[in-house]
Amino acid sequence: MNRFGSFPRRIAQLVILLFGISLVTFFLLRLIPGDPALAILGSSYTKARAVAIDATLGLDKPIWTQYGLYMGRLFRGNLGFSFFYGQPATTVIFNHIGPTVFLVVYAAVMAAVISLPIGFVAGLHRGGPLDQSSRVFFTLSFAMPAFWLGIILILIFSVHIQAFPLSGFGRGFFGHLYSLFLPALTIALGFSTVLVRSLRAATISTLQSEFIDTARMKGVRWRRVLWKHVFRNAVLAVVAVYGVNLAYLISGTVLVENVFSLPGLGTLLVNSVSSRDYPVVQGVTLLFAVLIVLINLLTDLTQAALDPRVGQEIGG
Amino acid sequence: MTAMWAASPSEVLYKAASKAAGRRRSVARRRLPLIIGLVLLAIAILAVTFAPLLTSAPPNKIDVLNPLAPPLTPGHLLGTDQFGRDLFSRILYGGRIDLAIAFGATSVTLVGGTIIGLVAGYSGGKIDNLLMRIVDLFFAFPFLVLIIAIIAMLGPSTFNIFVAIWITSWVAYARIMRAQVIVAKKQQYVLAARALGYSRTRVMLRHILPNTASAVIIFSMVDAIGNIILAASLGFLGLGVQPPTPEWGTMISDGQNYMLTAWWLTTLPGLAVVFVGVSFSLIGDGLADVLRPGDR
Repeated sequence: MNRFGSFPRRIAQLVILLFGISLVTFFLLRLIPGDPALAILGSSYTKARAVAIDATLGLDKPIWTQYGLYMGRLFRGNLGFSFFYGQPATTVIFNHIGPTVFLVVYAAVMAAVISLPIGFVAGLHRGGPLDQSSRVFFTLSFAMPAFWLGIILILIFSVHIQAFPLSGFGRGFFGHLYSLFLPALTIALGFSTVLVRSLRAATISTLQSEFIDTARMKGVRWRRVLWKHVFRNAVLAVVAVYGVNLAYLISGTVLVENVFSLPGLGTLLVNSVSSRDYPVVQGVTLLFAVLIVLINLLTDLTQAALDPRVGQEIGG
Repeated sequence: MTAMWAASPSEVLYKAASKAAGRRRSVARRRLPLIIGLVLLAIAILAVTFAPLLTSAPPNKIDVLNPLAPPLTPGHLLGTDQFGRDLFSRILYGGRIDLAIAFGATSVTLVGGTIIGLVAGYSGGKIDNLLMRIVDLFFAFPFLVLIIAIIAMLGPSTFNIFVAIWITSWVAYARIMRAQVIVAKKQQYVLAARALGYSRTRVMLRHILPNTASAVIIFSMVDAIGNIILAASLGFLGLGVQPPTPEWGTMISDGQNYMLTAWWLTTLPGLAVVFVGVSFSLIGDGLADVLRPGDR
């Protein structure tokens, strides 16, 4: 059987989910108490603009017609007009996407680099010094707010040691790598908690599997068993955890961008809430949700590609 | 608390099993995390409740002579902020809001999500399908982003933090509970109860719920940590409690402006969050040990 056999069903689910996401983001604006046109325009309220907003949103029409209008605009890439920036919301969001994508990828890679060795070794030497100390460390870091951890890292590495800049995005690829080191580390430490825990558990259960005994009985060298059998299988089990928790990374980004004053989507989102720039809030929320759905799809596909056993279950 | 669990059947079974396995770890030692966690949490709750008795100055009292005093200054145990307001007092009063959100938001979503998961898992069919598609939908959004979006629309306030968490947070409980119920539904004791002709409600509440609730209860401790951190995060972003009311996240955010000269303004309120977080985490670990000893 083709390992991507249930792919069409997965796509159908995806379409339903995207439809649901569009419904939620559409109804978000309905939560505003009072007149949406007044709220959207804020201080730039004029009678003429209010009439224009009413016309584009179709506020005088029945709710499902309004939703139809909303979807129509979405398909044309129109997320509404940001009166705060005086630009279409799509343009505003597009201008802020770079730092966020860079930070998320950076933090995801860093989390993998931190947690793969720690989780694997902690699982191999259960109850050993590394296992115990990583458990204490990650219990503490689980209870730490990401933004606070970021500030503490700034205090240590920017104020006392002065190894990294206080804030900013830097110039060029290596400038970004350097400037975003602390922000990425902040997110990665939080993310590693989950990864280390699940990799440790996966390593322990893999070690107890019968195929490990078989490999040893065949006389395969222990080092080779560890690498080819234990590590590979344990990491496979963690791929799903990694994908599911990428949503966590994005939440972390929102906070950490604000701590380090990075010009990304998280800062944009929070600033837009303060300036009551509703179209931008709506657009960023929509974008993040679509990103997560796509990441989850990618995770499933990666798993199916790496592990033939998963293929059959994917549709479920 | 200790006496309450002493005679539970799972505990007796566990004792027998661990003897057989030759494990020496005593039950008392296994309960240590739970006891330490409860004590730490009790300290936090008492300190916050009796804040007026423990502090020398009200949280918003301005002392112009002592701005940015470091910790251990006479009269100000943990120092003061830029207005000379007592940091210890602000941390205790600020904790009232964070702890209220941890308990108020978590308990409502625990109960609501558990009931929804119970009904979905037990009924199956269309109801289950519909409810689980809604759950999937909520999981598609990054939690913090969805909360921020809801607060953006409702307006920033303490009450709206509760509302935003109530709207979004039940989904995790519903998903966990549903998975448990689907397994339990096929077991002998449920089949027996149904064969006796008990009503749906009775089977769900009297038979399935007591046997499956441990998973959601343990998860609620993790969720409480999440909600404390969320409350602080929203305060930090300026979307939660509005100044001058003290709240841990808002205090950290205020202190960030004085980071270079007054480290205590950001560090200490954060440690308060970690303190409460660790206590919930220990309680969660301890409950997991006591309620489902087989898992370890």
